[in-house]
Amino acid sequence: MLKRFHLPLVILVLCSASLGMFFHKVYNLGFPLLPAQTTDNWIVEARVSFEPTGGAVTARVFIPNDPGRFALLDENFISRGYGLTTDLSGENREAIWTTRQPSGRQSLYYRTTVSQLERERRTEAPYPGPVSLPNLEEPYRSAADAVVQRVRERSADITSFATVLIRDMNNTPDENMTLFVSRTDTDRDKVRTAIQLLAGARIPARMVHGIPLSDRARDLQPQVWLEVHNTRQWIAINPNTGAVGYPSNFLVWWYGDQDPVRLQRARNPHISFAVTQNFQDAVDVAQQRAQLMDSRAVDFSLFGLPIQTQNMYRVLLLVPVGAMLIVLLRNIVGVQTFGTFMPILIALSFRETQLLGGVILFTLIVSLGLAIRFYLERLKLLLVPRLAAVVIVVIMLMLTLSILSHKLGIEHGLSIALFPMVILAMTIERMSLVWEEHGPSDAIRQGIGSLAVAVAGYLLMINPYIDHMFFVFPELLLIVLAVTLLLGRYTGYRLSELLRFRALSGRGNP
Amino acid sequence: MKWFISPKELRRRGVVGMNQRNAWFIAELNPRRNYPLVDDKLITKKLALDAGIAVPELYGVIETNHDIRNLARIVGKHDDFVIKPAHGSGGNGIMVIVGRMRGHFRKASGQIVDQASMAHHVSNILSGMHSLGGQPDKAMIEYRVHFHPMFEEVSFQGVPDIRTVVYKGYPVMAMVRLPTRDSDGKANLHQGAVGAGIDMGSGRTEHGVWHNQIIDLHPDTGAPISGLEIPGWDRLLALAAGCYELTGLGYLGVDLVLDRDRGPLMLELNARPGLAVQLANSIGLGHRIAMIDAGTEGANTPTAPAAERAAFAQTHFSAEAARRRTP
Repeated sequence: MLKRFHLPLVILVLCSASLGMFFHKVYNLGFPLLPAQTTDNWIVEARVSFEPTGGAVTARVFIPNDPGRFALLDENFISRGYGLTTDLSGENREAIWTTRQPSGRQSLYYRTTVSQLERERRTEAPYPGPVSLPNLEEPYRSAADAVVQRVRERSADITSFATVLIRDMNNTPDENMTLFVSRTDTDRDKVRTAIQLLAGARIPARMVHGIPLSDRARDLQPQVWLEVHNTRQWIAINPNTGAVGYPSNFLVWWYGDQDPVRLQRARNPHISFAVTQNFQDAVDVAQQRAQLMDSRAVDFSLFGLPIQTQNMYRVLLLVPVGAMLIVLLRNIVGVQTFGTFMPILIALSFRETQLLGGVILFTLIVSLGLAIRFYLERLKLLLVPRLAAVVIVVIMLMLTLSILSHKLGIEHGLSIALFPMVILAMTIERMSLVWEEHGPSDAIRQGIGSLAVAVAGYLLMINPYIDHMFFVFPELLLIVLAVTLLLGRYTGYRLSELLRFRALSGRGNP
Repeated sequence: MKWFISPKELRRRGVVGMNQRNAWFIAELNPRRNYPLVDDKLITKKLALDAGIAVPELYGVIETNHDIRNLARIVGKHDDFVIKPAHGSGGNGIMVIVGRMRGHFRKASGQIVDQASMAHHVSNILSGMHSLGGQPDKAMIEYRVHFHPMFEEVSFQGVPDIRTVVYKGYPVMAMVRLPTRDSDGKANLHQGAVGAGIDMGSGRTEHGVWHNQIIDLHPDTGAPISGLEIPGWDRLLALAAGCYELTGLGYLGVDLVLDRDRGPLMLELNARPGLAVQLANSIGLGHRIAMIDAGTEGANTPTAPAAERAAFAQTHFSAEAARRRTP
């Protein structure tokens, strides 16, 4: 009796807990069921970390100060045991964190909500006046003069002067330019050189650091831009192309040629940025309402976590859905795949490579790897060294494909590095075993099966609705669990068996 | 033939699906701890010998690379023998020697090998090249089965064997597995061997199945598959039923061979026998299993001795009994 009702009971409890929570959140707290359609809010998080060297630590970190096309809606400073002040230093604003006795690696967070403005505020900036000529030594002085002369001949005003100069620096430098530019220059070096050369034409210029806002970006590093003053306002110039004006999603963080983090009695500063598009507005309201109602529901919400972690869970929360799909396809449909959850890992990497590119790259790597594996077979290696050899070969193949596709200008080729290579190596190994033992047709069928499951998983995982549902209502995972348990007791026929046993149809009576 | 069969019809024929096999038979009746008894062919052989079940005679075992020098002594005066891995699967790593030629050996394929390459093969087996999961293995050298002349016409190289599915100690269904050119002399259906159903009552073969298609003639030799009478069928069934006691596995595949001189020999046991036997016999396992369950009243271990269980199968699962049941 108990045994018979055990599983249905567990499933019932899981489902009712999940649905109860879900409906409470939807009806009583008003969490949104649909992902935000249009949103121009972004949450940007800067994570600063460093190692104290002993004694009281001061960390000065640049924070945005009235960036032109964005409005700062909200700011949070997250730290433990630190005193905080903010201060203006020149054009920049900085946060100054101080503490007396830190130990171990320290992490500080600055989080801000920015909203894109409909129209850029065209701020007139007072003209700082022509800059003084830089004090250069020969042969740099005459080379700089020659460069300025050549650029001036081909430009009409200050903006076009800067554009032409940047193009000259990036394209084919003449012998004068080669004194200033080298192939290994970073963007920052380029901007530095450009400021110097512009000074030769008495044009005021400055370096700008900022970050491009794109949804769910993690570990972003600031980009460097150049601004020149055309006597009325500052004009942004792309240091690589010479193009004028920032892209619409560029958030200016600080000005000048300084590091974003300056430390006293600490070392190894590291700063990285994470960005997420903010559909929290509705969620925020719901959370505030929940707090007023003193509901426990939001204590377990994902929105309290740091954004880097939130973005990671966005992906992780979809893995259970993919796993359920695998169960469905394997035990109900009867699709054969290599490895149980390999297709889901492949599907995860398809998120980065896009579908078509991912499928092509996967097929390419697996078939090339398979060819190599058959060669290795002839060397009669033992299992573990053979697997290791396949992993090495797979990585070399990925490298080759990346370089080749980059040369050909196919950007998707670069994301190949996101494929889980150990999984690929195992897939190749298994496929070759099946090839040997059951023949090529079985191996190819299972390979196509794996790929089809991966594609199905990918299509499920990129669905923004599913993404939103599981992120806002993680309790729905309990239903996924319940369905998986239920499928675990399915002992009926698989769809593939209807084909397999078709020879029995119409042959006499049992 | 339709391109699919409805689940309703499958159920009517009592066909067991993969999910049902895994959940009801293997998970319920096959305790995990007993798997080593069937996965290691040396243990199986020893258990069988202790129980008085005939197996191909073991000439010797090589366990370490150091022991390979004993190979010549183990082989001794035998003109033909088989070298195989103790944990092999799917017929991989088996070397069949059929004769000698001026100090060299002749393989079943006709190829000549010398002692050194034979030693190399043994070394490969020891390193785990042919075993499941690649763990280090042992090499067995044993008697080469001379299969019964009745199978001469319907096999292409290799040795045909008789696969019996034994449920709770009762033989349920059986088929002869005939090697083909496709299967490379191996007797596995998924590798392309032919499976021919056997009438449990008489031991006579019925039509065969090849690559999930029903056939009547052997694809390589063209000889008819049906109507072969397996000699000593009663003894063979009793032998298969007796293998239950060796392992305690409630859902068991027993592979027997019919030797020209020594009669039925037990070759190996399988803890996860496949479902192709249903195709070979054009009937599901389900109805017969239900009859056994009714007989044992749900108990998982049989009380009757092996010979009685075999007799039960012969009387209840024969084609004749089936005709009687459906007037």
